[in-house]
Amino acid sequence: MNTSVKKIFTVSPSPHIHSEGSISAIMYGVLIALIPAFAMSLYVFGLGALVVTATAVVSCMLFEWLIQRFLIQGKLTVFDGSAALTGVLLAFNVPSSLPLWMIVVGSFVAIGIGKMSFGGLGQNPFNPALVGRVFLLMSFPVQMTQWPQPLNGDFFADAVSGATPLAFVKEGLSKGDSISDIVPQLPHMFQMLTGGIGGSLGEVSALALIIGGLYMLYKKIITWHIPVSILLTMFLFTGVLNLVDSQEYMSPFFHIFAGGAMLGAIFMATDMATSPMSPVGMLIYGVGIGVITIAIRVFGSYPEGISFAILIMNATVPIINKNVRPRVFGAKK
Amino acid sequence: MVYTFPKGGIHPPDTKLAAAESITTLAVPDMVYMPVSQHLGVPAKPIVARGDEVKVGAKIAEASGFVSAFIHAPVSGTVQKIDKMMCASGFYQDVIVIKTNGDVWEETINRTDEVISDISLSAEEIRTKVLENGIVGMGGATFPSHVKFIVPDGKKAEELIINGVECEPYLSSDHRLMLEKAEEIFVGIEIIKKAIGVPVAYVGIEKNKPDAIELFSTIAEKHPTITVIPLEVKYPQGGEKQLIKAVTGKEVPIGGLPIDAGSIVHNVGTVFAVYEAVQKNKPLIERVITVTGKQVLQQSNFLVRIGTPVQQLIDAAGGVPEDTGKVIAGGPMMGKTITSLNAPVTKGTSGILMMPSTESKREEMANCIRCGKCISVCCVGVEPYLLMSLAEHEMVDELQEHAVMQCIECGSCSFSCPAHRPLLDYIRLGKNIVREHTKKKK
Ligand code: SF4
Ligand code: SF4
Repeated sequence: MNTSVKKIFTVSPSPHIHSEGSISAIMYGVLIALIPAFAMSLYVFGLGALVVTATAVVSCMLFEWLIQRFLIQGKLTVFDGSAALTGVLLAFNVPSSLPLWMIVVGSFVAIGIGKMSFGGLGQNPFNPALVGRVFLLMSFPVQMTQWPQPLNGDFFADAVSGATPLAFVKEGLSKGDSISDIVPQLPHMFQMLTGGIGGSLGEVSALALIIGGLYMLYKKIITWHIPVSILLTMFLFTGVLNLVDSQEYMSPFFHIFAGGAMLGAIFMATDMATSPMSPVGMLIYGVGIGVITIAIRVFGSYPEGISFAILIMNATVPIINKNVRPRVFGAKK
Repeated sequence: MVYTFPKGGIHPPDTKLAAAESITTLAVPDMVYMPVSQHLGVPAKPIVARGDEVKVGAKIAEASGFVSAFIHAPVSGTVQKIDKMMCASGFYQDVIVIKTNGDVWEETINRTDEVISDISLSAEEIRTKVLENGIVGMGGATFPSHVKFIVPDGKKAEELIINGVECEPYLSSDHRLMLEKAEEIFVGIEIIKKAIGVPVAYVGIEKNKPDAIELFSTIAEKHPTITVIPLEVKYPQGGEKQLIKAVTGKEVPIGGLPIDAGSIVHNVGTVFAVYEAVQKNKPLIERVITVTGKQVLQQSNFLVRIGTPVQQLIDAAGGVPEDTGKVIAGGPMMGKTITSLNAPVTKGTSGILMMPSTESKREEMANCIRCGKCISVCCVGVEPYLLMSLAEHEMVDELQEHAVMQCIECGSCSFSCPAHRPLLDYIRLGKNIVREHTKKKK
């Protein structure tokens, strides 16, 4: 009891309680959701995966710190988890054989140009990890498209370069082969689902990515709208193509399990800062990404298109947010 | 079937620590401080002067204008002075100070516990009683109740909705009242039905009060036109427009009143006060107030004379816990912080909440990460993140275009924002900007 002393109480407007949700809780939540995919990449690519990821995380955090400390002298947010997340996502989007200095360059572009130049977290229109990745793809096209073949548990074996299934199909088709010639040479669909296919670090196992996605759904970090609309659009689009000519176009299952579809749909496109805020907006954005991805994969010159598709749709987010608004309670229907 | 409003809403921890505590009567204070403005609308005009002797229930200030309310002496004694004083509203207000002497009531007031079920008064007489006895909305809005007893020309009241939701965490005064004064509340509902002339009434109660739902459902069997509606536990289920939507499916149009949707809403506390005013001739001079907080020694629901200093309620509940950082009149979502414990409780005070210092400070805000959480929790469908930046830049037209005035100040957006942005603070600012602007235009 304390009546003799005059107590000074805090005065503030309501509300007086908070959900205790925080930016770092969200960012670390996504990082946790990436653990299964990371474990798979270790299994498939060996220690190279660890080295690449660690390099990207450390350099992203370092660049964010340097820029905040010396350039903009703003609040330090380097431990809120978002720079680390950008690092992991960047690493997940490159081959495990990429020279480390290139990863450092990619991290600089991701954080410096993709994020901090716009004013930091939440102000950036484009997904920073994808900005970094696309920069690397354009600057170092050879190194960025040489994929070490999976070691699958044989940790210290030397990596052999090879093509991803998507690139393999593209090449085959351009040579004039038909799908039925190509398919027997591809990894089995089951293998594509569980892991052990060539590709970027993070895209080797669709299943591990889906598990991460379910975790984020459960934790309410993401909603189903973006991943489902992307994957469903890709599936329907390729399904129609496949029905039209099954010798020219791969099956829809192949498309959603191959390449970066799952990684992009679940982890890259759902980045809060660069995706629409309302459910309807999210669906429009997801359909857009799905259509553009398939258009690039099937008709374009790159075997994989989801990174470009996401960046293109990132650019439309302000327009979507402006035009898709919730209905105000009591407004005329 | 469990009813609720369709869009938005949050699930803050319930923390109804005082829910199991029966209502106890707090000792009559030595001194009461009656603000002349305890209701929405025009302040009442004092009709007593220094030195006047008053009995409990005597009128001490009269309603000035239609939207105003009478104020009565909550104790018997001598009027000491009429002075400005810092009130729980956070403003200095005119206050009538009465020094207590004994506890002598006006003879016209029936002080027995007997439940009087026969409603002998006419609709007109009921309305007069409600006005004369100073009844205001006791859920917090403190809108003078008699105003809501008159259906404007051209409008039709289709149903009466009784708000027994109590969706604010910590508070349990309505819950206890429903358990302990259920019969009286049913009579009160019949009285209001008669006065307004509505055929049916619904009582909305959140599912976290199963005992109240059960008790009310049993009693409702004897009242064929009164139905109990169990509601999903979701904040702000007790918001007037949200409650109407949940119970009837109807939406009050933008800028409209509940009656525009054919509904009239009264809080259970108000209904009980109406019962006492009409059947017992008792003015609104006391109410139930929850005194609670995580470290509070004695969680309490007190029946308190209005005008009692907050300090006395707190002392009766074991005093201010050592590390209290904030004292709130009302609940944690919509309540106001109290600066001085000498401030009196008023007709609209539903609880006194003491929060530990660890929970009293706000976190530093960060950049908006565009997560959309604030949009998804807002039950009125505005975009809080956008309104905040529009208010920062004082963009009047855009604020209006984006329906800033529709915000019911429930606080769900600020509560949910992971970047700890003070969204509602800025939205209030935005509303003020719009109000000032419209005033200037006139
Ligand atoms: S305080 Fe206003 S803007 Fe925020 S959630 Fe409630 S109604 Fe919506
Ligand atoms: S909840 Fe906060 S961080 Fe999320 S969009 Fe709203 S203001 Fe921005």
